[in-house]
Amino acid sequence: MNIAETLPWWAALSVAFLLVLGGLVALTGALGLLRLGTFYQRIHGPAITVTLGAGCILIASMVYFTVAQSRLVIHELLISVFVLMTAPVVAMMIMRAAVYRDLRKEHADEAGDGAADA
Amino acid sequence: MKRWLPSPILSICLLLMWLMLNQSVEPAHWLLGGVLGIAAPMLARPLQPHGYAHIARPLALFRLLWLSLIEIVRSCFNVSQIILFRRSEGVNSQFIRVPLDLHSPHGLALLSCLINSTPGTVWVEILPDTHELLLHVFDLHDEQWWIDTIKSHYEQPIIEVFEQPRHPKQGEGT
Repeated sequence: MNIAETLPWWAALSVAFLLVLGGLVALTGALGLLRLGTFYQRIHGPAITVTLGAGCILIASMVYFTVAQSRLVIHELLISVFVLMTAPVVAMMIMRAAVYRDLRKEHADEAGDGAADA
Repeated sequence: MKRWLPSPILSICLLLMWLMLNQSVEPAHWLLGGVLGIAAPMLARPLQPHGYAHIARPLALFRLLWLSLIEIVRSCFNVSQIILFRRSEGVNSQFIRVPLDLHSPHGLALLSCLINSTPGTVWVEILPDTHELLLHVFDLHDEQWWIDTIKSHYEQPIIEVFEQPRHPKQGEGT
C-alpha cells in the first residue's frame, strides 16, 4: 500500500499539476540552453528553471508531505529562499565574466589590427 | 539592546531558519535557535563592511517582494513562450543603461537579486563614472518602458525601504 494512494483527490490533483508544470518549465529552461543562439541569450534560459520550475516542485513537495504526514511541512521554503539568494549572484558572475572576456577579445583584436597596420 | 541585537530582523530570520531546519517547535530548539540568532550576528559583525541594513519600512519590503514574485511568474511565462515558439535570431537581445538614484549598498544588493531573479533580465554592472546600471534584456521591445519600470517598480520602493524618507508622504499607497 502506497502513501500516495491514500491522498485525498484534491491534494493528489494539485501535486500532480504542480509537478507536471514544474517539470515542463524546467524542460523549457533546458531547451533554451539548447536552442538559443548566443551566450547572452542562453543565460536567460536557466533563470526560469530556478524560479518557476523549482518553485512549483517545492510547493508540490510542501503540499504532498503536509497532507501525507498530517502536519505542517514547510522547510522547503528554506530551499526557495537560498536558491533565490544564490542563483542571481551566479548569473551576475557568469555575465560579468562573459562581458570581460568579450571586451578583452575586442581589445586584443584592435591591438592586433594596429600591429598589422604598422 | 543595540549591542546584543544589532539587527533584530536578522536574528528572527536565523531563529526561524533553525526551527524550520529541525522541523520542530520544542522549547529546546527555541533556545538553540535563540542562541544562534544572538551569537551569529555578533560574531559576523566585523565581516560586514557596511554594517547591517537598516530597514525603515518592513511592510514596504514585503509589498515589494510580493509584487516581484508576481512579476517573476509573469516573466517566466513570457520567456518560456519566446524559447518555445520564436527563432533565436528574431529575439532582440540588447544591453540597456538605466540611470540609478539608489546608492545604499544593501538596496543595490536587493535590486540586483530581484532583477536577476526575474527571467529575461540580467544585471551586468554599475558603470562607476555615471552610476548607470548596465542591464541585459532578453527580448527588448521598448527601452524607455524598461527604464521606467525598473525605476518606478523596483528602485523607488527600495529607496523607501532602506533610505530615510525625504518626503514621508510621497509614494504612500501607490
